[in-house]
Amino acid sequence: MNNWQNFTKGFFKENPTFVLLLGMCPTLGVTTSAINGLGMGLATAFVLVLSNLAISLVANLIPDKIRIPGFIVIIAAFVTVVDMCMAAYLPSLHESLGLFIPLIVVNCIVLGRAESFASKNKAIPSMLDGAGIGLGFTMALTLLGCIREILGSGKIFNMTLYNENYGMLVFVLAPGAFIALGYLIAFINRIRKTN
Amino acid sequence: MSNFTISPSPHIHGGDSIEKNMYGVLIALIPTFIFSIVFFGLGAILVTLTSVVACLVFEYVIQKYLMKQRPTIWDGSAIITGVLLAFNLPSSLPLWIVVIGALVAIGIGKMSFGGLGNNIFNPALVGRVFLLISFPVQMTSWPVPNGFATTDAVTGATPLALVKEAVKSGQTISDALASGGFTTGNLIIGNIGGSLGEVAALGLLLGFAYMLIRKIISWHIPIAIFATVIVFSGILNLANPEHFAGPIFHLFTGGMMLGAIFMATDYVTSPMTHKGMLIYGVGIGLLTVIIRVFGAYPEGMSFAILIMNGFTPLINRYCKPVRF
Amino acid sequence: MGKKLESSFKNMVLVLFLVTLVSSAAVGVVNTLTSGLIEKVKIEKQVQAIRAVVPEFDNDPMADTRTVETPDGGTLQFYEAKKGGNLVGTAIKTYTNNGFGGKIWLMVGFNPDGTIYNYSVLEHKETPGLGSKMDTWFVKGAKGDITGKNPGTTGLQVSKDGGNVDAITAATISSRAFLDAVNRAAKALAENAQ
Repeated sequence: MNNWQNFTKGFFKENPTFVLLLGMCPTLGVTTSAINGLGMGLATAFVLVLSNLAISLVANLIPDKIRIPGFIVIIAAFVTVVDMCMAAYLPSLHESLGLFIPLIVVNCIVLGRAESFASKNKAIPSMLDGAGIGLGFTMALTLLGCIREILGSGKIFNMTLYNENYGMLVFVLAPGAFIALGYLIAFINRIRKTN
Repeated sequence: MSNFTISPSPHIHGGDSIEKNMYGVLIALIPTFIFSIVFFGLGAILVTLTSVVACLVFEYVIQKYLMKQRPTIWDGSAIITGVLLAFNLPSSLPLWIVVIGALVAIGIGKMSFGGLGNNIFNPALVGRVFLLISFPVQMTSWPVPNGFATTDAVTGATPLALVKEAVKSGQTISDALASGGFTTGNLIIGNIGGSLGEVAALGLLLGFAYMLIRKIISWHIPIAIFATVIVFSGILNLANPEHFAGPIFHLFTGGMMLGAIFMATDYVTSPMTHKGMLIYGVGIGLLTVIIRVFGAYPEGMSFAILIMNGFTPLINRYCKPVRF
Repeated sequence: MGKKLESSFKNMVLVLFLVTLVSSAAVGVVNTLTSGLIEKVKIEKQVQAIRAVVPEFDNDPMADTRTVETPDGGTLQFYEAKKGGNLVGTAIKTYTNNGFGGKIWLMVGFNPDGTIYNYSVLEHKETPGLGSKMDTWFVKGAKGDITGKNPGTTGLQVSKDGGNVDAITAATISSRAFLDAVNRAAKALAENAQ
């Protein structure tokens, strides 16, 4: 695997949301609008790149038996940093994402990449892997957010497409998240099969 | 002539067929439809017609172009879904919402699971609940029955919504019912606000009798539901009559009759054994009263049936007939 | 890749200690950098909520604040907006317990004569699409316009209860709760005028 593949595999072949089905909690929880999905995705991508980099650098210094607590502490530190920076510089986004930002710590994508990739690879490929998976996650969340926002409230990125009264409210609520994600995964599987 | 579809066993034998049973259910729905036309006039006809046609069209298109099967729209199941969906809607609902409901019922509720026989949830109820959550304003504006009168339709609360509101704001139930003009007689005939097919308890009971005589359904599910509702709401009513409405009220309001007789008894989504049917019916009865009395929504019939639909595979496994 | 550090007791304690030390130091540094800003953002948000509901002012309403106890044991926060030393309006942070989904928090702004200038919804758990419409339903020019009305001590009521405010379609309970919160503020204002 070269660096380019390390980066691009997260978009389609190993897309965390559509193919690996990881990180479902934020995927279903925050994608009520495109901007929320984008913000959550980018925050996760940022944490992924930094934690993958840090873990690939120190992996050899951490004894095997305590690697999980070690990784979690490193990831938690980055998440807290992102959380505080968002509260200071992007307060409105921070408010709408709410509890889901601190929850990035326990997002299985982040620990999963640390375990399966960053701890076994060098710094540059690890960062590219984190960026690719993170952007793949961002893409999936934004797509889902767009669909739910268009169908649910008639807007996209807060621009009105049609009268809100004609929107199907269910897509803004939890059941709509499951329905939209289900059909999206079915659609992607169909494309993957024909390719 | 090679019009016969060949399928692996078990084969249906005897005079019983999907078509025969499905059209039997449709005949049983006729009295209710007549009542709804009398109460709600043109709106009832338009909503029902739109719903049935939309269900048939979506079933045809999805089977032919997405699933690449031979369309089987005349087996009656899509027509029943269309009629039941319409019976669960207010007669004043804009027709484009009815079409969305039909698309959800057939597309999400039925075809996504693989078509007739594979769906876990009752398609018509999937459509109704989707609409209820998506368009709460339109779905809870109930026209007051005035037949074909041309005066502007007045919207009024359903008895269940009225009672819920009264309890929330501290009124007593008897005061609330008196102010809405809901006498027991009106409740039984169905001269009250509500979905177009759920108000006419008399018509629904006629259909129930017909289906029992023709042996299209067995008595187990509806009777289990009714008995549970009577006992449970009776106990609550005895404990505090000013706060909890009585059994008669619960039995004759909302989707109770329509749901118990026509929706809960759907072959595909209800248990197969008589013991399973009784468990299933008791579950629906309990959940309905719990949602009505303690939940956020005034009516819980459709939610209760959908929840118990989800339990049907488990009930079937638990009540498997003993093998020799 | 190089050789892994052995999982001996000494190594494990030392490494975990170092990892937590470096991590907490990093978090501490970022905290000192952002805590002032986060505080400022919070205050700014509150001031903006006040600015949205009262006429233009030039004082700091966060400083001109007082707390008023209500008969049922709650507390309302009064923020007084002044221009050139004269009172131009009072923003009151008020609540109701009667919402369909529980508590609703509002910021209601009153003119000095007791009429409503504007309001904003701070927090609610009402049904989306029904009760949640209250943030636009009662504003100036909308169907249930309450601005310019003077609830006084008697209070506003929805038309269904004999009042002159149109309730949100199919959400009478939420509308009643909304007016309950407004009336609570108006009553407290009328009884505690300076």
